Amino acid sequence: MSDVQFRFRADEPVSDPAVTVDAFADQTNATAVRVEPGDDARELLPHLDRLRLIEVNFPAFTDGRGYSSARLLREAGFDGEIRAVGEVTVDMLSHMRRCGFDAFAPEQPLNPADAEAAFDRWADVYQATVDGRQPIWAKRHPA
Amino acid sequence: MYKYDNYDQQMVDTRVEEFRDQVRRRLSGELSEEQFRPLRLQNGLYLQLHAYMLRVAVPYGTLSSAQMRLLGDIADKYDRGYGHFTTRQNIQYNWIKLEETPDLLADLAAVEMHAIQTSGNCIRNISSDQYAGAAADEIIDPRPYAELLRQWSSFHPEFLTLPRKFKIAVIASETDRAAMRLHDIGIKMVRNDAGEIGAQFYVGGGMGRTPMIGPMIREFVPLDQLITYSEACLRVYNRYGRRDNKYKARIKILVHELGKEEYTRQVEEEFQHLLSQGIEPPIAELERIKTYFVDPAYDASASDELDLSDPDFRLWVERNTEAHKQAGYVIATVSLKPVGGIPGDASADQIRLMADLARDYSFDELRVTHAQNIVFPHVRKADLYKVWQALNAAELGTPNLDTIGDIIACPGLDYCSLANARSIPVAQKISERFAAKQEEIGEMKLKISGCINACGHHHAGHIGILGVDRKGKENYQLLLGGSEGADTSLGQITGPGFDEDGIVNAVEKATEVYLDKREDGERFLDTYRRIGMAPFKEALYG
Repeated sequence: MSDVQFRFRADEPVSDPAVTVDAFADQTNATAVRVEPGDDARELLPHLDRLRLIEVNFPAFTDGRGYSSARLLREAGFDGEIRAVGEVTVDMLSHMRRCGFDAFAPEQPLNPADAEAAFDRWADVYQATVDGRQPIWAKRHPA
Repeated sequence: MYKYDNYDQQMVDTRVEEFRDQVRRRLSGELSEEQFRPLRLQNGLYLQLHAYMLRVAVPYGTLSSAQMRLLGDIADKYDRGYGHFTTRQNIQYNWIKLEETPDLLADLAAVEMHAIQTSGNCIRNISSDQYAGAAADEIIDPRPYAELLRQWSSFHPEFLTLPRKFKIAVIASETDRAAMRLHDIGIKMVRNDAGEIGAQFYVGGGMGRTPMIGPMIREFVPLDQLITYSEACLRVYNRYGRRDNKYKARIKILVHELGKEEYTRQVEEEFQHLLSQGIEPPIAELERIKTYFVDPAYDASASDELDLSDPDFRLWVERNTEAHKQAGYVIATVSLKPVGGIPGDASADQIRLMADLARDYSFDELRVTHAQNIVFPHVRKADLYKVWQALNAAELGTPNLDTIGDIIACPGLDYCSLANARSIPVAQKISERFAAKQEEIGEMKLKISGCINACGHHHAGHIGILGVDRKGKENYQLLLGGSEGADTSLGQITGPGFDEDGIVNAVEKATEVYLDKREDGERFLDTYRRIGMAPFKEALYG
């Protein structure tokens, strides 16, 4: 299992092993789950209060289902750690952050300077997502 | 047309810096080609047979003359002196060097242009009606909605790794001039019974290996839910589109396999959820964008008279101009299909000439059509003759719009690493063979693709040609009866294919059947629809 290389949370990281979505339903004391691309993250919605860590796996960086999984978990109100695992690359980082990821455990450790540049790249954003950033259309039309 | 504010400018400038850094990391070896590929594709950079090809975005096909001029300069500065206009209203350059691309993109950014998401598994350039803002039959200009969607789709963090490419078209008239039903999402702006404008959504159209006409998913989406509804359509696709097979990964397959009702149900469910998420821009944003799309300052005293005593001018006017909603004006199409030429190509000098003419005679605006031509949307009739003379002197005056000479063709095997067959020589031969019969044959949309990916839109041709590889040799299939308008239909294959000369002869035989059998006022398409395939098969195969 890869180390968490970047984390944007103040609380203590969860070190419990993440169980699968299928197994999670039966394991009442599990606090960490791993969502695979083919899982329906909404199956976790009734159990969010039990969870402290949700890992979302990217077996291939070209499979973008994990972005939707993370985002809809945040939309449902989950405020625990959402951790990107698997084939996490520098050029995905800012998009993942916008979709609600706040921890990153890439299979291959990333160049920290490149990663920092990637996280800070975009001064503004066109869309409203779960990251709380004010989109350009809101800045154009202050309420 | 839309003008960037500081935010828009900063976004494209940031993108240039991001890409510059990605190229640096690629050239240093930090990024492998496999890792770099999706990044360069999302900046429009393809690795083709001979060199890199760059596809520059022309949002909903609209350009200012300054932008057009820069496109000509780019052809000289970074390429071999020409550009190619595409079936999605973009422009492509075929001879680009990787290490020069960041500077090229910076040059584009300086005139509010970019190559963002013109390739890759993401939302691509949003296309529209090339006569938008000028046509008499539109209910409203569709382009502000396309611009709203452009901004929404640019760098959308959830939708940059879709199962496959995603193409959206927006129109606002009954006559579909953008092949809307053959897009992943097609949007038609409509008016409801209360007189309100809203968006009709069609999802799951497309061409390629499995052409499909997009079914209507929602009859009316109010303007203040346009983004939320689009987001719902995309999220369902991102979550459930097939990723196991590249040839089954478009949304048309998902809609087909789920069925229209089930896909719609899932979208409506996601839409209801997303309504609570505050992702919709306020109507004030749409209103702000619309202020850039008001009518130009028409000359209200412009004469509606036109001296057609020059027979060449008269032919061009009859063929290449369209009635404008404003008296005294016309919509003029510049053909990029000279007899024997390469469809859609223009030299740097030709591009700059068109830019100058647009500046002087078309309120500084041009359009790119998905038939690979250029439009001057607002030309005063009083200026039309000198515009035509200037075009004619530069081999841009071919009077062949929507005739057999107005061929749509993909670049084909001469340029494209995906192709199975060359399309350009076939186009050139057909163009030459039929130059003299163009008027007699009348309206004809002939489209050529060099492989099954159908970038030449052959399924939507009245006559379509598909180049395939048959046992190592180029072979061309003939299709008849396709149409991309409101009466969208897919072409039917006639039978066994032909070699390069054979396909030109086959097209001739098909036109002979039409000329023989047509009844009053029928176009080729009408005669085909009336008499069916049998007489054509008979003539072709005996």
